[in-house]
Amino acid sequence: MKRRRRLVRFAVGGYPALDFWPSTPIGRLSKMKEILGDLTRWRRQGKRIALARVVDIEGSGPRLPGAAMAVNEDGEVAGSVSGGCVEGAVVAESLQCLDEGLRRIVTFGYSDDEAFAVGLTCGGTIHLYLEPLDW
Amino acid sequence: MTDSSPEGSIFDILSAAIAAEAPVALAAIVECAVDVAQPDDAGPVIGAKILIRPDADPVGSLGNPELDRVVVRDALGELSAGTTGIRHYGPKGEARREDVAVFVESFAPPPQMLIFGAVDFTAALSRVAKTLGYRVTVCDARPVFATTQRFPYADEVVVDWPHRLLEKVGPDLGQRDAICILTHDPKFDVPATIAALKTDVGYLGAMGSRRTTDDRNRRLVDEGVSERQLAGILAPIGLDLGARTPEETAISICAEIIALRSGRSASSLRNTAGDIHD
Repeated sequence: MKRRRRLVRFAVGGYPALDFWPSTPIGRLSKMKEILGDLTRWRRQGKRIALARVVDIEGSGPRLPGAAMAVNEDGEVAGSVSGGCVEGAVVAESLQCLDEGLRRIVTFGYSDDEAFAVGLTCGGTIHLYLEPLDW
Repeated sequence: MTDSSPEGSIFDILSAAIAAEAPVALAAIVECAVDVAQPDDAGPVIGAKILIRPDADPVGSLGNPELDRVVVRDALGELSAGTTGIRHYGPKGEARREDVAVFVESFAPPPQMLIFGAVDFTAALSRVAKTLGYRVTVCDARPVFATTQRFPYADEVVVDWPHRLLEKVGPDLGQRDAICILTHDPKFDVPATIAALKTDVGYLGAMGSRRTTDDRNRRLVDEGVSERQLAGILAPIGLDLGARTPEETAISICAEIIALRSGRSASSLRNTAGDIHD
């Protein structure tokens, strides 16, 4: 697919590792339905929330569009969008999204070789749409 | 970006619909060419949303009425197929343009599997089908066998003739849904199959040996079923895995459903080449 202003980030290096467990176990993808409880609770508490949704996949990833993950202003995480390889990076991007209020597509790519190096089971590129949940 | 309606924000309406398992689709602009996304322009901008339900007016807007109209039409199609993905449009909804990328996310109710016949295979199949996310209905006319105790994984156990159940629920079934006929008793099989052929289900399978299948086919032809319709029935049901137990048979049936949906050969990946996922 053609993309303008593609922003490519690599999950290998440059991002902090996840140092906590999201409410959905890593490795198990979550759909919006499964994080609704967390989202609703955070909204009621008046917390600012960044929502990341998988909008497109390239390569041999089994992840389907629609996987969703959310991060609130305190850095609490709900859901998971991959087998655990990009979650740390998504948290970093989400907190930045909350700071800047920007809506954009973030792309994480990894080759099969890099995937092997960080312990991923398959290569591919994952496009996430990231935005503040202010709607 | 808060779009208020009498029902609350878009998120409120969306979460209420998802919680109620009512069909709903959310379309959002996720990419927008620079020249159509001027900050002071009323046209399409990143983050604009419209919420689509089959039985209610859309809530929100993508910034242009023509774009809204086209996206609502396409999103209703995505919703009935249960698919999610990005579609491209011009700023006024023009086809064959790439200016605006709209992410359409379907929140469709779970697909349905109707299993006819309250036998051992039914218990195993209902369990595997639940794992795959189906809403499972077991139907058999014999009240002694069709009990919730025997089918704890089924969402519903109906004591009735399968063809009578289909008279009620048949029109609501679509391509994502499946009917599995496990009765292998011609008295139930034949009217059930004839009724199932009148639905739009994406998968229709009937259990039985080759001899049972031939016998059933003859009876169906006698009842006026065409050769073309017969070819649409997966019988004997399931993939050729050499399955013996009810559990193994359930896997072989569900694997056949997956292979049919994806149009794949169902051979070992070792023996094929190319992409593993579409």
